[in-house]
Amino acid sequence: MDALPIMAPALPEMFLAVAAMAMMMVGVFTKPERAPALVSALAIAALLATGGLVVAGGTAFQLAFNDLFVVDRFAVFMKLLALAGSILAIVMSEGYVRREGMNLFEFPVLICLATLGMLMMISANDLIALYIGLELQSLALYVVASLQRDRLRSTEAGLKYFVLGALSSGMLLYGASLIYGYGGSTQFGALATYFSTLEEAPVGLIVGLVFLSAGLAFKVSAVPFHMWTPDVYEGAPTPVTAFFAAAPKIAAMALFLRVMMGPFGGLVGEWFQIIWFISAASMIVGSFAAIVQTNIKRLMAYSSIGHIGYALIGLAAGTEEGVTGILIYMAIYLVMNVGAFAVILCMKVKDRMVEDVSDLAGLAKTRPGMAAGMLVFMFSMAGIPPMAGFFGKLYVFRAAINAELYVLAVIGALASVVAAYYYLRIVKVMYFDEPAETIDPIETRGLRVVIAGASVLVLGFIFYPSLLANNAALAALSLLQG
Amino acid sequence: MAIASFVFYLLAAVLVACGALVITVRNPVHSVLFLVLAFFNAAGLFILLGAEFLAMILVIVYVGAVAVLFLFVVMMLDINFLDMRRGAQRYAGIGGAVGLVLLVEILLVVGAWQLDPALAGTGAAPTPAAAEMHNTRALGNLIYTDYVYLFQGAGLVLLVAMMGAIVLTLREREGVKRQKIADQIARRPEDEVKVVKVSNRAGI
Repeated sequence: MDALPIMAPALPEMFLAVAAMAMMMVGVFTKPERAPALVSALAIAALLATGGLVVAGGTAFQLAFNDLFVVDRFAVFMKLLALAGSILAIVMSEGYVRREGMNLFEFPVLICLATLGMLMMISANDLIALYIGLELQSLALYVVASLQRDRLRSTEAGLKYFVLGALSSGMLLYGASLIYGYGGSTQFGALATYFSTLEEAPVGLIVGLVFLSAGLAFKVSAVPFHMWTPDVYEGAPTPVTAFFAAAPKIAAMALFLRVMMGPFGGLVGEWFQIIWFISAASMIVGSFAAIVQTNIKRLMAYSSIGHIGYALIGLAAGTEEGVTGILIYMAIYLVMNVGAFAVILCMKVKDRMVEDVSDLAGLAKTRPGMAAGMLVFMFSMAGIPPMAGFFGKLYVFRAAINAELYVLAVIGALASVVAAYYYLRIVKVMYFDEPAETIDPIETRGLRVVIAGASVLVLGFIFYPSLLANNAALAALSLLQG
Repeated sequence: MAIASFVFYLLAAVLVACGALVITVRNPVHSVLFLVLAFFNAAGLFILLGAEFLAMILVIVYVGAVAVLFLFVVMMLDINFLDMRRGAQRYAGIGGAVGLVLLVEILLVVGAWQLDPALAGTGAAPTPAAAEMHNTRALGNLIYTDYVYLFQGAGLVLLVAMMGAIVLTLREREGVKRQKIADQIARRPEDEVKVVKVSNRAGI
């Protein structure tokens, strides 16, 4: 009789999977008008409980399911970030889904399943486990992107995302099959051991690595695989866009880090140029292309492309310090991005959503609280001290300097100056332009709490940087030792 | 041994003939039925190889589900197969050329294929000796013990796919009459049935 595989470390994932299925049952068997609110509350509770289980599981290095699944400090750190992003996305969506005809109980369930996919990605220790997690997350995201199925833009966004996502999954699988062919295993540990014995990496392996990183670069929307981002961000319903910009990016970044630093850690010389290029290109495209945008959701899409570029500087450095920088950057990115999207979700005039930057004109006079929140997030995104965003950039740039990537650091600094233009333009529109139509007051308490909380975190980061930095450093250490 | 090779050639010949018939017969229903026959013969080949589990799966999944689904689709959709065939004939030349190139390439690859004897048995999941373990159990061990995580994960992916299809396409239509079982059961004969005395030649 074969022994059962070790399963305990995957308890949070198992709980979330069962909870999602239970929520679906609850949604089907309650009255249609009560189901969405009830399931949303249950989803938030389930995600919180999952977070509790992740913390309770401890930060020790554990393998499960025949080494397909790994838990370490890095996984715990990233999982908590991803869970926070998902919970906030559900909290923020409350008013919007009620108003805009997507009041379906499936929405929070799909978010939970996407989050489950993210947790599986973060803990993947095998090429197949990586793919299953990625696909679970992506498939749920395609569906939520087109959830407003009667609106052309939403369905277009979903279809575009689906087709391009399928293409990138294909590339990723092709790369994985080449790596399996040349490495003889799909398990990260076995691959790392084998690659460390190689004198020189075979060409087929390099080709596989290029395809795998192309697939992953698509998921984090790094240039040149960023084409889908502006269209999908603009077309998808705003709470869905807010979700897209936070949690999935974190999970994909975690996966990117684990793949590159884990099995391919010894082949740093082979992939360094790729990461260097996509990082520099993302920063440049993210800052220049955003200048001409008038739609704030498109602008945020380019902004997120740029931020991924900055974060990837840490990966190009390929050092423990670089990984620490990425972890700090992603945590700060999550907070300021959620805050900015909370403000965007409040942008409606007489119950009609507006999405142009010009609609924010004179917000400081009509809604000073909202404008102050947006001011904090925009300054932080532009990287102006003493906001948190400045420290995120500081950590990755320092890692780049210490790894002697001077050119990349200079490109990053210049790009952030260009990017500051469009972030500050929003501030200028809010504070110095004549008021346009008055924006409605903030609708739900959830949004108000999110805006206030995120502002406090962004402003207060300067007083407790070590809290995040120490945890990030320990997490980075666990990734490199694992 | 002679019987085994006789059975093999019989099954293989019928299989190939059925495959050809599937794409040449005029009537699409016949075409699907030939497909079913082809599946049965392939299942027979699996049994010859000693892989009875795969044989049964082939019959259950492909014959029981997929082919029947095809049959439903063919019967329910009004597809003009003659038009489709005309289109196929137009591209037969180039299609045949592509097929020929692929065939030559496969022959070249397979002809030159040699496995290093040292590599045999070094796979991550080597096939256990047939005497030691039943093939159904060997497969079960892989799917439900070694790779249960991936199996369950794939199940969740399918669940999301199903949910997505329902969420994006199911619409509540007005005026649909639904069966209310509780109401049906709650009816009493005395409320619904009336005994009428009909006098002769009078009608009601």
